[in-house]
Amino acid sequence: MRHFAVVPAGCYPPNDTPAYRSSEKRAPREAAIRIPHTVSERCGPHYGAEALRPHAADLTTQVAGGVAQGQRIIVHGRVSDEHGRPEANALVEVWQANAAGRYRHDGDRHDAPLDPYFTGAGQVVTDADGRYEFVTIEPGAYPWGNHHNAWRPRHIHFSLFGQAWAARLVTQMYFPGDPLLPLDPIYMGIADGAARERLVSAFDLERTVPDHALAYRFDIVLRGRLETPWEERS
Amino acid sequence: MSALTPSQTVGPYFRIGLDWPEANRLVGADTPGQHILLRGQVLDGDGVAVPDAMIEIWQADAAGVHHGGGGDAFRGAGRCGVDADGGFVFETVKPGAFSDADGAHAPHLNLIVFARGLLTHLYTRVYFEDEAAANAADPVLGLVPADRRATLVARREGDHYRFDLRLQGAGETVFFDV
Repeated sequence: MRHFAVVPAGCYPPNDTPAYRSSEKRAPREAAIRIPHTVSERCGPHYGAEALRPHAADLTTQVAGGVAQGQRIIVHGRVSDEHGRPEANALVEVWQANAAGRYRHDGDRHDAPLDPYFTGAGQVVTDADGRYEFVTIEPGAYPWGNHHNAWRPRHIHFSLFGQAWAARLVTQMYFPGDPLLPLDPIYMGIADGAARERLVSAFDLERTVPDHALAYRFDIVLRGRLETPWEERS
Repeated sequence: MSALTPSQTVGPYFRIGLDWPEANRLVGADTPGQHILLRGQVLDGDGVAVPDAMIEIWQADAAGVHHGGGGDAFRGAGRCGVDADGGFVFETVKPGAFSDADGAHAPHLNLIVFARGLLTHLYTRVYFEDEAAANAADPVLGLVPADRRATLVARREGDHYRFDLRLQGAGETVFFDV
């Protein structure tokens, strides 16, 4: 039986995306085989407040002795399933580059300064209505070797579990008006333009804090169980 | 109906946010069941080790029951960033068989591969070579062409089960559209 709707074509990007060069030797050549949603696909691990690390919801004040450099921002939104039901008490994991476009990672050789007061990692748990909020700094764009003069648009990585193994999602949040978006093969790997735009956060004047921080809203929609499972016939 | 948020790659720097200490150990000393080590390697289309993949697993307990919550003794979920040779290891229990409307399911772990180069994560399953009769009746394995089923079966090797992931090309692991 199928307990989740099929993901619409063009929404989850295909791995065979030649413009994204890292996919060349890693994208499977065989088509994925569709399977029923057995117990092991229609339930899944759940992580809540027990998984949180200290100071995880404010990425600007995680390191004693200073604060992170850059434009302070509040990122918030609602996590729900595709039927509008809130993903309550659910772990949201985020990671990102610093304001200069540098990750605190040995593999990042970009000639931009590290910020000793910014780890780039955060975690929050949604409330009963699926809402989350964290404080961070706006990440910088950074060059990568995909093609000549390639730059990743500013982004924050997100990881969410949802209600089922079938709902697992890792994605990236972008910023409105970024001129690098149409040049980015990772973002453009999503064929459906309307789906792509759902990864672009919205500037949220209401949630800015005067004299302190700008704000962006990023709502996230995960796959959700259907009330009536269906039998697939081939 | 709300429209789904699309997937994007985990990228090369996921350890910043997703590295949890001992996330690859699902068991404590007193967790019921047969404790096992699951070892494997992630390989690309040239057979070269993928050094920046992340593996997650999700499974039933030894009695075939799925838990998932933090209050349970056995959550049944784990995560492991691969090493420089593409290697991963999980310390867990061998999952039990269970049945549902789709049939009798052989013992298996569900596994996801995330990596730079993958815009959407890959789903697969790990079965066990010493469960031949149960495997033969498994409704999901039954959907896989017979000549590719071996890519989903972990082999007993010394003190562990071995399950390599070939993302592309000869011996390509079977991945599922979940």
